[in-house]
Amino acid sequence: MIEFEVNGQAVTSESEDDTPLLWVIRDELKLKGTKFGCGIAMCGACTVHIDGVPTRSCITNVSAVAGKTITTIEGLDSAEGNALKQAWVEKQVPQCGYCQSGQIMQAAGLLANTPSPTDQQITDAMNGNLCRCMSYTRIHEAIKTAAGGEEA
Amino acid sequence: MAMRAKDLQGNITRRSFLATSAGAGLVMGLGVVLPGCSRDEAVEEMAVDGASLKFSPSVWFEVDGNGKVLVNIAKAEMGQHVGTALARVVADELGANWDDVRIDHVDSDPKWGYMVTGGSWSVFTTFTMLSQAGAAGRTILRDAGAALLGANAEDATVENGIVSANGESVSFADIVRKGDISRTFTDEELGAMPVKPASERTMIGKPTRALDIEAKVGGGAVYGLDVELDGMVYAHPLIPPTRYGSTIRSIDDTAAKDIRGYIQTLVLEDPSEVLQGWAVVIAENYPAAMRAAAAVVVDWEAGPTADVSEADLIAEGNRLVNDKASGVLAVDDGDVAAARADASSMHSAKYTTSTALHFTLEPANALVEFRDGKCHIHSGNQWQSLILPTLATALQMEETDIVIHQYYLGGGFGRRLWGDPMIPAALAAKQLGKPVKIVFQRADDSRFDCCRSASVARLDASFDADGNVTGIEHAMASGWPTLAMAPGFMPDAVDGNGKFDPFATNGSDHWYTLANHRVRSINNDLAQRTFLPGWLRAVGPGWITWGLESFIDELALISGKDPIEFRLSMLDAAGKNAGSAPNAVGGATRLAAAIEDVRDRSGWGQVLPENEGMGFAASYGQERNMPTWIGCVAHVAVDPESNKVTVKKIWQSIDCGTVVHPEGAMAQAEGATLWGVSLALHEGANFANGEVAERNLDAYTPLRMADVPELDLRFMESTEHPTGLGEPPLIAVQPAIGNAIFAATGKRVRDLPIKL
Repeated sequence: MIEFEVNGQAVTSESEDDTPLLWVIRDELKLKGTKFGCGIAMCGACTVHIDGVPTRSCITNVSAVAGKTITTIEGLDSAEGNALKQAWVEKQVPQCGYCQSGQIMQAAGLLANTPSPTDQQITDAMNGNLCRCMSYTRIHEAIKTAAGGEEA
Repeated sequence: MAMRAKDLQGNITRRSFLATSAGAGLVMGLGVVLPGCSRDEAVEEMAVDGASLKFSPSVWFEVDGNGKVLVNIAKAEMGQHVGTALARVVADELGANWDDVRIDHVDSDPKWGYMVTGGSWSVFTTFTMLSQAGAAGRTILRDAGAALLGANAEDATVENGIVSANGESVSFADIVRKGDISRTFTDEELGAMPVKPASERTMIGKPTRALDIEAKVGGGAVYGLDVELDGMVYAHPLIPPTRYGSTIRSIDDTAAKDIRGYIQTLVLEDPSEVLQGWAVVIAENYPAAMRAAAAVVVDWEAGPTADVSEADLIAEGNRLVNDKASGVLAVDDGDVAAARADASSMHSAKYTTSTALHFTLEPANALVEFRDGKCHIHSGNQWQSLILPTLATALQMEETDIVIHQYYLGGGFGRRLWGDPMIPAALAAKQLGKPVKIVFQRADDSRFDCCRSASVARLDASFDADGNVTGIEHAMASGWPTLAMAPGFMPDAVDGNGKFDPFATNGSDHWYTLANHRVRSINNDLAQRTFLPGWLRAVGPGWITWGLESFIDELALISGKDPIEFRLSMLDAAGKNAGSAPNAVGGATRLAAAIEDVRDRSGWGQVLPENEGMGFAASYGQERNMPTWIGCVAHVAVDPESNKVTVKKIWQSIDCGTVVHPEGAMAQAEGATLWGVSLALHEGANFANGEVAERNLDAYTPLRMADVPELDLRFMESTEHPTGLGEPPLIAVQPAIGNAIFAATGKRVRDLPIKL
């Protein structure tokens, strides 16, 4: 049995050690905001925070998070997280929306460490997150807005 | 070329508007009363059930006793915020308060009429009906409100959900609560219904926040993948080595039996023959299904196309475009043979495009349950009315006993026009007698994709002694999606030699005036036998315009003319290019205006640094009868050492008539423009051994943020009928980039994706 914390709640999983955390979050904990995209950590739709660090849950074994603290889009309540969500709404970033949980979780990790990122820092941080609708310009703008900087 | 949207809409017969008090609300619909039924019968049923099977509405909305307006949306939401746009048209005419409006994406119950979301048709095909339905609803509420106020209807005004007359007012809520206001309008009355002039609109063309945005920010939006049912099991596909003709010799699941949660492996027999040689692994949870799928060993007898490669597909395309006996004519203006015979010189070129994948980020999935004699399918889908008959065949059930429940689509782009991923889940659920949820891993999603076919186009132009172009012959060969999935929608060729796929031909019947113009549309039969060709965003024009607009640039160069001036000289709006009401008012003059606009805004003609260039291309959108007029300029830099192409900026001027939802429209234009960049430079797949070789992001590499150029996109001011928007801004980007590369380097690129 693996014990860890998700969005402030203590949880357990009895899945095999090598079960991807993504499916534990989605199908055992029923938190469906975290998405399955590529399964090889190259789209970012499955991004969650593990001890505050944006991490691809599709290739993270559940055994690796024993004792750790996980935040998903549903539990994202940090100052930068809320600023990002507000900016996402204001800029009407989502199109199909499927990647956006992962985009926001990735961006929240960026702003937690780099409160006023440059354009290049934003691009570097976000380049691993695919948006198939290609809402990239609005993602970039919304991160700038959330960071309190000028719009791109 | 024949227009398909009208046929698909299926309501060119006489329509009715029905309104009746039902329960605590007022339900209203505009649609067709079915043959053999009367309006009164339909209204009686509506009063009891809130709907009627005697009535097939295209527009359906309700006002409840609290004044809340519910607009039912039969279109799929896949990023285009379509429900917001459609509801805004109704609400504007209705005189509703937008804060009271909500939308619901409905299931495939026959009462909702024909269901398809594609072709950039949604606003184009429904705008007039939505406007008339809203106006009819306003008339009913105005008349009833005026009666309550003891005023003449003519003296009453309707605004923000309130009817006012003689200094008094009554809300929609009160009107709906206080009386039986059943009424019907005939087709003639609807046609005479006064819709607002553009100057009086309060919502159409005005800023608003799309209704689906907040759910898509907090993680609360429910996609097909997110749906669960009690007692369901998971299915994982075991996909055969060829799309067609594979058979299973044997299955060995010994190694899977040790996997906790593995249940069994099912061989699927599909009477619809969509699935051939298929099996699915069944497990209690998805991780177990993935493990078991990797452990089960299937021995297949592969179908006949198991050796086909991308090079084979292109070689066959080359053979076909060179064989003048192949294909059928979609356009045959003037006499290209005579023009060729009289020509002083000729110029010919071949253009190709590689296989391209939809790669919707939400992988293919479906959840199916048999309950109370019905088959309930939970899956995001774009064309319910197309897959239902196939499902009925696969399941040996009546179509009316199958219901597809709609969810948000994690990307559509044409992939979800064909609901084939529902079939394995449905067959397994039928066999097992319990709900089955199938989820495709990414590589399987790519293998089972109805990809955009590889294509080859050959263009031959004739010149007279003065260097003027006298004719163009345009032949193109590809797999035909409509032949594979909806052959009834193929129009007759102009030479009477059969039918052609308009979705593998549109884009060639352009608005340049040419005395002699022939289009030969050819099915690449090897492609057709090897895979299921699909409709990919921007469809035919998405690849056909790549060749056409690059070739036009070549002709301009040969003629010694500026590429934009050369095009403008052919956009004289003469003859068939004059355009006509309501969809193409102004014809080629509107394309010329968009071109001039983008020319002037982009600083066309300026001197650029070495290794940089600007290129131009034009597009008329998806279909000749639904023209979206676009001029596009791309500015690129090409590194002389590495040959890396950097797209610095793209300008587009887009005339799609009336823009209903400006922010949503701009978002679609941004996304489609970047799709153009992606397909030009970043995306391309290859068939190898009968299947797509690039199956995940380690090999298939759509555009990411680092390669996004600066965008300067503008909608032309217009109050004309709205045309398509979600796809057209993709089209001209690719040839504009190719033409810019030529301007920067002198190298003509003729293959997509571009590799220097």
